[in-house]
Amino acid sequence: MRITRGEALLNYGVLTLFSLMAVVPLIGVVLTSLTPSGQAGGGLRVPDRLAFENFSEAWDIGRFGSYLLSSVIVTVSVVVLTTVLATFAAFAFARMRFPLSNTIFYLMLVGLMLPAEAFVIPLYYNLRSVGLTDSYWALILPQTAQSLAFAVFWLRNQFRQFPDGIVEAARIDGAGDIRVLWRIIVPPSRPAIITMCLLISMWTWNEFLIPLIMVTRESLRTAPLGLAFFQGQHATDFALLSAAGIIVAAPIVLLYVVAQRHFISGMIGGSVKG
Amino acid sequence: MVASAALVDGAAAVAPGGSVASAPTRGTRRRDWKGYLYVLPAFVVFAVFLGMPLLQTVWYSFWNWNGFGTATWAGLDNYTEIVSDPSILRSFGHSGVLIVFYSFVPVAVALMLTAILSRSPRLRGLGLFRTLLFLPQVIASVVVATSWIAIYSPDGLINQGLRAVGLEGVTRAWLGDFDTALPAIGLVGTWLGIGLCLVLFLSGVATIDGELFEAVRLDGAGLWREFFAITLPAIRGHIVIALTLTIVAALKTFDLVYVTTRGGPGSATTVPAFEAYNRAFNTREVGSASAIAVTLTVVILLITLAVSRLQPKEDPR
Repeated sequence: MRITRGEALLNYGVLTLFSLMAVVPLIGVVLTSLTPSGQAGGGLRVPDRLAFENFSEAWDIGRFGSYLLSSVIVTVSVVVLTTVLATFAAFAFARMRFPLSNTIFYLMLVGLMLPAEAFVIPLYYNLRSVGLTDSYWALILPQTAQSLAFAVFWLRNQFRQFPDGIVEAARIDGAGDIRVLWRIIVPPSRPAIITMCLLISMWTWNEFLIPLIMVTRESLRTAPLGLAFFQGQHATDFALLSAAGIIVAAPIVLLYVVAQRHFISGMIGGSVKG
Repeated sequence: MVASAALVDGAAAVAPGGSVASAPTRGTRRRDWKGYLYVLPAFVVFAVFLGMPLLQTVWYSFWNWNGFGTATWAGLDNYTEIVSDPSILRSFGHSGVLIVFYSFVPVAVALMLTAILSRSPRLRGLGLFRTLLFLPQVIASVVVATSWIAIYSPDGLINQGLRAVGLEGVTRAWLGDFDTALPAIGLVGTWLGIGLCLVLFLSGVATIDGELFEAVRLDGAGLWREFFAITLPAIRGHIVIALTLTIVAALKTFDLVYVTTRGGPGSATTVPAFEAYNRAFNTREVGSASAIAVTLTVVILLITLAVSRLQPKEDPR
């Protein structure tokens, strides 16, 4: 609809103000990370020279190379495992009839609302008793279980929307269930699957509590966990901390910049549309 | 983030579970025992790593256990402790304060902004603003926490700003002060919430037919009449979602507290999730920790359920 020039200005003013509020703290982090170590006070100030050495120093002292590697291993494993398991399960929930299917589906949805505290305490003791704490499994499997709720829910919605006619036609041509799933249903669902993978990557990459509880070995620490320990050791070295924070956040922020539509529509759509 | 998804779906899916030989509603939905095979792998992972531990948490909450020795039966002691131990009660009280900061303030602010913005949902450049407003959502909470430690530090952004406007006397170490530590953590939640709520509401506004506004405006309605007559009813579903997401986020707060204050100074910023963690893994009161975790979970489920009753019956989109 048409709006007056004044209104448009007001709108832009409001949007600019609140966008600034969202990014000023982040700009502060970027500026601080580029300020020579001794001068950084945590405020907003333009450094007189760009101290890129903070990044290499944080990387070396903080051993972020090792933390990022752990994070990549865990995130990729969780995303792949969740996607494969959820694709099969969602296919059955969406397109097959079997007793208790809805009961099982809603049972699995419980994972959507639970705080991690509701299950991590016994989970820690269970895994410890079978010698699995302090291993990648202790990071990957619980987070896969957690992601499955969303993934099954998301993919079931997607698969249900698929027109029956095409599936019928494929079946008449002799295609079995597996073939129908991977050849007929999955390919056109690719955008939804990508959105889901991006969201699960983000949640897994950013997860803190599960790594905090499950691993003590430094080589297994994920990036956020490594940052928390690094923060404990260099509490007031804001230049180094900001550089470290950027290293930890960068992979997901880059994904977001490239695929922001997926992120926003996924997070908004996942909660609104159901 | 997706806490409310199940809730919304609940109304939509009505197919009865395990119904007998009724005619399939869709051609391809045959009665198919193979379904179990497809569901089994996912269900096993869910059951072993989430479902069973969830039940065990309830079981643990009836015992006193230090994590390695033998456990002794506690009955409901761990639950009566929750209402009698001031430190636990206080942590739940802190959650209440955080809900105001995480949820009520952002929803109110975002509604006000939406009232202003709703006349022009297809503003040019909206995409860029949306990207910026939503950016805090994708940043790891530990990174958010370390950034705000710097912002609240003695020479940080907040104090810098106060000095710039001559309020030197108000400056302090915000996270180290008994009176300001909790609101300081709350404000981080406000910062996170405003962008989320605004993007959510604008996505709702985008579905409103622009001609509605034209019509009301021809009747001479002002900004507020327009807001209450058109925008508010249209985004009611989105408001419910925003409330659910932000309230649950407030109740789940852990990372922020762990990294910024560890519950301190004193116990000024303890929250239930932190109490549960601390008791389970530091002070070795596993039973008590489990009871707190169970209570927190029940509170989250109850609030989610209560808020969802505000949801309009028809689909908001």
